[in-house]
Amino acid sequence: MIDLRLGLKRIATPFFITILLVGNVAKAQDGQALFTQNCASCHAINKTLTGPALAGVESRWTSKELLHTWIKNWNKAVATGDPYAKQMAASTTNVMNTFENLGDAEIDAILAYIAKAPAAPAPGTATAVDPSGATYDESDNSILYGVLTLILAVIALVLLQVNSNLRKLTDDKEGVPSHEPIPFYRNKSYITLLTLILFVIGGYFTVKGAIGLGRNKDYQPEQPIYYSHKVHAGTNQISCLYCHGGAVEGKHANIPSVNTCMNCHMTINEYAGEKIYREDGKEVDGTAEIQKLYEYSGWDPVKREYGNNGKPVEWIKIHNLPDHVYFNHSQHTVAGKLACQTCHGNIQEMGEVKQFAELSMGWCVNCHRESKVDFVDSSGTSGNKFYSIYERYHNEIKSKKRDSVTVSDIGGIECQKCHY
Amino acid sequence: MAKKKYWQSFTDLKSNKLHLELEENEFAEELPFETADSKGLTNSPASRRDFLKYLGFSTAAAIAAASCETPVRKAIPYLNKPQNLVPGVADFYASTYVSGGEAVPIVVKVRDGRPIKIEGNTLSNFTRGATTSRVQASVLDLYDTSRLRYPIANGNASSYENIDRALTQALASGPVVLLTSTVTSPTTKQIIQEFLAKYPGSRHVQFDAVSYSALLLANEATYGRRSIPSYRFDAAKTIVSIGADFLGTWLSPIEFTKQYANGRRFSDKNQSLSKHFQFESMLSMTGANADERYTHRPSETGIVAAALLSAVNGQGATGVTGKLKTGIEKAAKDLIANRGTGLVVCGSNNVQIQTIVSAINEAIGANGSTINWTAPLQTHQGLDSEMAGLLADMEGRRIGALLIYDVNPAYEYFDGERFKNALKGLKVSVSLNGRMDETTELCKYVAPSSHFLESWGDAEPKLGYFSMMQPTIAPLFKTRQFQDTLLKWSGNALTYDAYFKNYWVGKLAGVDNYNKALQDGVVEPSIANRATVSDTSTRDTTARAVTFSGSGVFNGSGVSAATSAVNGFKKNGKAELVIYQKVSMGSGHQGNNPWLLELPDPITRATWDNYAIISVPIAKELGIDLDDDYEVHPEKPVITFKAGNKTIELPVLVIPGMQANTIAIAVGYGRNSSNAEKSKDYLGRAIAGIGKNAYPLLSYNGSTIEWTLSDISYTKSGKDPYKIAQVQTHNSYEGRHEVVKEVTIVDFVKNPQMVREERNEELQNYGGLERFEKDATLYPYHDKPGIKWGMSIDLNTCIGCHACVVACHAENNVPVVGKKEVLRFHDMHWMRIDRYFTGDYNDPESIQTVFQPMLCQHCDNAPCENVCPVAATPHSAEGINMMTYNRCIGTRYCANNCPYKVRRFNWLDYTGSDSFTNDQKTMNEEGVLDDTVLMMNDDLTRMVLNPDVTVRSRGVMEKCSFCVQRLQDAKLKAKKENRPLVTGSENQNGETLTDVQTACQQACPTDAIVFGNSNDSKSGVTQTRHDNALRLFYSLEQIHTLPNVSYLTKVRNTDVLSAHATHGDLHDEQKEGKKPEAHG
Repeated sequence: MIDLRLGLKRIATPFFITILLVGNVAKAQDGQALFTQNCASCHAINKTLTGPALAGVESRWTSKELLHTWIKNWNKAVATGDPYAKQMAASTTNVMNTFENLGDAEIDAILAYIAKAPAAPAPGTATAVDPSGATYDESDNSILYGVLTLILAVIALVLLQVNSNLRKLTDDKEGVPSHEPIPFYRNKSYITLLTLILFVIGGYFTVKGAIGLGRNKDYQPEQPIYYSHKVHAGTNQISCLYCHGGAVEGKHANIPSVNTCMNCHMTINEYAGEKIYREDGKEVDGTAEIQKLYEYSGWDPVKREYGNNGKPVEWIKIHNLPDHVYFNHSQHTVAGKLACQTCHGNIQEMGEVKQFAELSMGWCVNCHRESKVDFVDSSGTSGNKFYSIYERYHNEIKSKKRDSVTVSDIGGIECQKCHY
Repeated sequence: MAKKKYWQSFTDLKSNKLHLELEENEFAEELPFETADSKGLTNSPASRRDFLKYLGFSTAAAIAAASCETPVRKAIPYLNKPQNLVPGVADFYASTYVSGGEAVPIVVKVRDGRPIKIEGNTLSNFTRGATTSRVQASVLDLYDTSRLRYPIANGNASSYENIDRALTQALASGPVVLLTSTVTSPTTKQIIQEFLAKYPGSRHVQFDAVSYSALLLANEATYGRRSIPSYRFDAAKTIVSIGADFLGTWLSPIEFTKQYANGRRFSDKNQSLSKHFQFESMLSMTGANADERYTHRPSETGIVAAALLSAVNGQGATGVTGKLKTGIEKAAKDLIANRGTGLVVCGSNNVQIQTIVSAINEAIGANGSTINWTAPLQTHQGLDSEMAGLLADMEGRRIGALLIYDVNPAYEYFDGERFKNALKGLKVSVSLNGRMDETTELCKYVAPSSHFLESWGDAEPKLGYFSMMQPTIAPLFKTRQFQDTLLKWSGNALTYDAYFKNYWVGKLAGVDNYNKALQDGVVEPSIANRATVSDTSTRDTTARAVTFSGSGVFNGSGVSAATSAVNGFKKNGKAELVIYQKVSMGSGHQGNNPWLLELPDPITRATWDNYAIISVPIAKELGIDLDDDYEVHPEKPVITFKAGNKTIELPVLVIPGMQANTIAIAVGYGRNSSNAEKSKDYLGRAIAGIGKNAYPLLSYNGSTIEWTLSDISYTKSGKDPYKIAQVQTHNSYEGRHEVVKEVTIVDFVKNPQMVREERNEELQNYGGLERFEKDATLYPYHDKPGIKWGMSIDLNTCIGCHACVVACHAENNVPVVGKKEVLRFHDMHWMRIDRYFTGDYNDPESIQTVFQPMLCQHCDNAPCENVCPVAATPHSAEGINMMTYNRCIGTRYCANNCPYKVRRFNWLDYTGSDSFTNDQKTMNEEGVLDDTVLMMNDDLTRMVLNPDVTVRSRGVMEKCSFCVQRLQDAKLKAKKENRPLVTGSENQNGETLTDVQTACQQACPTDAIVFGNSNDSKSGVTQTRHDNALRLFYSLEQIHTLPNVSYLTKVRNTDVLSAHATHGDLHDEQKEGKKPEAHG
């Protein structure tokens, strides 16, 4: 056990150091996020989907400017008369979307991401900091402290015994009459001490258990269909919002309706990717799972038409908040500009989804204490203009009394921000 | 002014011992341990054992709860999601509220496929976004458990196929009469025409439970038009109402309230007001708002009208004496002085009286200015004589089949019993009503119609003002729209939605216009093409012939006959009766609606019942002692009233301001099925068996139904007293009477600083107005860096209509507690409209009334906050006093310490959200909880809950949250759009923009409530406070709670405010001494 942990530690430490040292990781992250948001529903890096594989895309174009033009609006690129652009336009009947909203810097970030991306996505690249790594360290320490405490306790016990034996010896020597020695398990002080220790430990676990009631970190139920986020969001790089569009629109991220699945699965009727395994090591037959989807949707893959026997999929809800908590996805994704992974973990690495975060109030509040809001800077050019009304904070920033405004500064840890 | 005494009840006025005791005990009861045989827990012999039992039980329960496995919850998405729907995001659809002939353009909030809230449609020029309590509550009717769920034939469940087959045969046999409430919908009118054409000899009879026959007939006689003109209260400088409760129930309050408020808006710059005289017998809500109010016998109404006519004609008020004469002459003088800007309305349903009123309006030049004939009101077209004729035909077996839709004559016709017998004698009787009411249960066939929220449709409440209706939910039950049924039976293959679309696409020239009309919800074409659009309007026979102009041509030939006729009306009997409609219940159309039933009456503050309101002299005669603890005990004596051969037994309430000989009884109650056992199932669990039916007290005079009765005798019934649940005696202010402020316009114009001076005087000991905020406290000042929410309520425009209270119910999942719980002072309304009287209760003319909406004041220095032992109610950086339900342990210290008494405690499991299942049912069986609470917790009814607001469980405190869910939503919207929040500021085009309105603000028909960010200098609330700085005050300001709700002083357009009451003086002094110096 200890060996395994040490091994993990050995791997983890250099990994973190690498992340810390490599300065442009953050930028690559942006590139990846942008890629996922804008491109991944049609493009993969090493694989042709609706659009062509993008590995080495920069080398295929005559100039970077032209590639930028193409990405923003491919019509304009064709209009320049560039032969490659024309060829690309003619090569397929699929029409690429326009992305006029993407700035040059953002496109560069995407291209940099494509250029740097390995052949297959390496594990753990998605988030800069892996909080689960930190907990390994912590638990290691606590075990260490625990062992030390135990050793010290044993030493103390032994010393106490030695002490009492020595006293007995000296007493005997000096002829002081002594009581019949009491064995240590009948010694009242020991029993009291033991009871106290047991009470404290028992109490600790009871309280911890009680707090943990209803919290389901790592909850990973078996779903009616083995749906792998790893295959969809990881390997195939489908944007989260393609299915969970509600995450930027309202309260719920929303599980997609069956017709959304069928948008792609009308044509994708078999799974030919890497082998997938369940947590218990059993292999999953991807094609059979797609068949299950067909049963739910009432789709007849042979006749290629829908019957009347469709029924919704009864997914098992993993992330459950109590009824007295108001949580709004769009608040966090749009106003707070958080990535899905912040709360849901490396979702693109998960086969069946499991609850990554504790979803406890402490966890929420901590983030609200630490996260900075997108405050308007002094020039007023960047940041969310909503915050322009916070005059006092503007003055404090101007006079260098503060450098940033956290969510809690604008009342983000008050009860009635989430409970009403 | 400072000495004026405001009182909420007789008891309050006299400050007797019991009332003081009640004031001291915030929660007037023992702890709810049933076995402690009322000696208190410590004295009870079994207390220790019980304690152990409870302890053991709760431990076991806790262990049981803890050892349960986490339940597996499912998330089931759509199979095929509609494209524009995002679960969790609300959609808004424009539609139309219809009830009887009334039609109100509304916007329906639909969340995940369920309509959950109704707002007014601000695009309508007819209502301008106003709502009433009944409009607000109508969403609950959709989920009423007593709605009919399938068609019935001869008492057995049937199907539409069977009924259609049976009926197409049955209808062919003889003349068919279609009996409906007033129909304003142009498509429906057309369908009715087609239907009647198919069955020759058939006719359509419109019956209004509350009819305006007299008005229609009088207008026909005087203006040659059997229709009701538009009244323009906004253009009126002098308003005289003779018994018309036009703000509450008369004709079209939804329109009048907004207009009326226009004339009542007072500001520092514009110090003028319209003047409102009210002549009436009972104290109505409108009378309570009047500047000057005079009382007369109900039978004197005609004489008052005639006297006013003669006075405006310069011949003095004849036939009246005393104060009434002074009042009429005063009113006449004002009407003459403001020629062309005066308006006289009358609530009587007597043709002669209405003819005189027409003549008065003609004499003061109202015709064409404040009375406008361009767009007649179409909501009430029923003639009482037609209904009488129909009944005669039914009894004479001259009718083959009777089709009934949207009316309930067995209950709401004055001669309901006769109607029932005649109905039973018909061969074919069909009810198309949506519920099993008293009429429907006697019909052979029942083909229930859908609720308006499930229906397509249109309405034309006012000529040329169309309102569109679209379904917001698929029919919940096997119901079919009335129009679909008629189309089917007239052999038309089209469904109504197709018919409706064809009609409107044709009228509006194109599908795009049709879609636009559906989206806007209203079509209000210019006057020019009005005649062509509404060519199917049938009632106003002249409407198509004459060119519309603002004024009508007056024909005064009948006036002198009417004047001499009314002189004979006056009776001198001991007592007379006024039958009236409650502001909440109206005609009783939405009877089984717990929100409306629990809504306190603006004047009597009573919930859940009807009763007879009697005057002080009648009370004295009956031996009801007002000097004793009158309101403290809910038990009221039951009195038998007799008029001719009609009797009614009802408990009585004594209300000051009633004319000495007047008794008033409301319609809308006393619903009972002929099959007594089925009452609850048929009529609904909330309404069945409550009160007595007052409709049979009405009488038919040969052309119209009269709503007054003279020569009433009354005796004690000898029955046990009956409990009436009034929200009157609790929530007292412990003798602090600086809650409301009121001035006269004369005084205020003379000294505009008077309110500020008075405030300064109150605050003198604590630093005065200037230094009060900082000097009067030991607590540090807390900054509100971004937003500081604030509300301003104008007591001048608040008319006490209670629409806000129902809106709050709907928006915030406020539970209904039932009558038993209201009796124990456990009512849960987050908002209440306090009603204060001033004056001498022995003199009805001296009674003046002030309404004050009271809700959580969101004090910046809140007394509730620092007494909470678990910090469940802290203050937010935006100035909101927050209530955290899941942290609350129910000590109720906060409610005890709240000077405004706005906190509400969940004494019992009103919402079914307790972890122990079925306890509601047990409590219901034990008689602790009313049936209505179970009804509100039916799975069907719970569909009305707002999913953004927590449903509170037993044992937690709750109160107004400033609709925090809406505030959060508005902030998020602004953040997502990368712009600052806008709360009621004007843009350069003069349009008011806002991201957020509280539910009460949005519902308020008079815009008395303004809400917004008081840190924003451009916001509505800041502007209002700035423009009305001279009238601004905070309730109980001197105790330094620093409320975020400010009020604007009521300005009465009169020269005298009623002096303080004769009996109150002594106690006043005692109270001065007792008044707590509560500033820390």
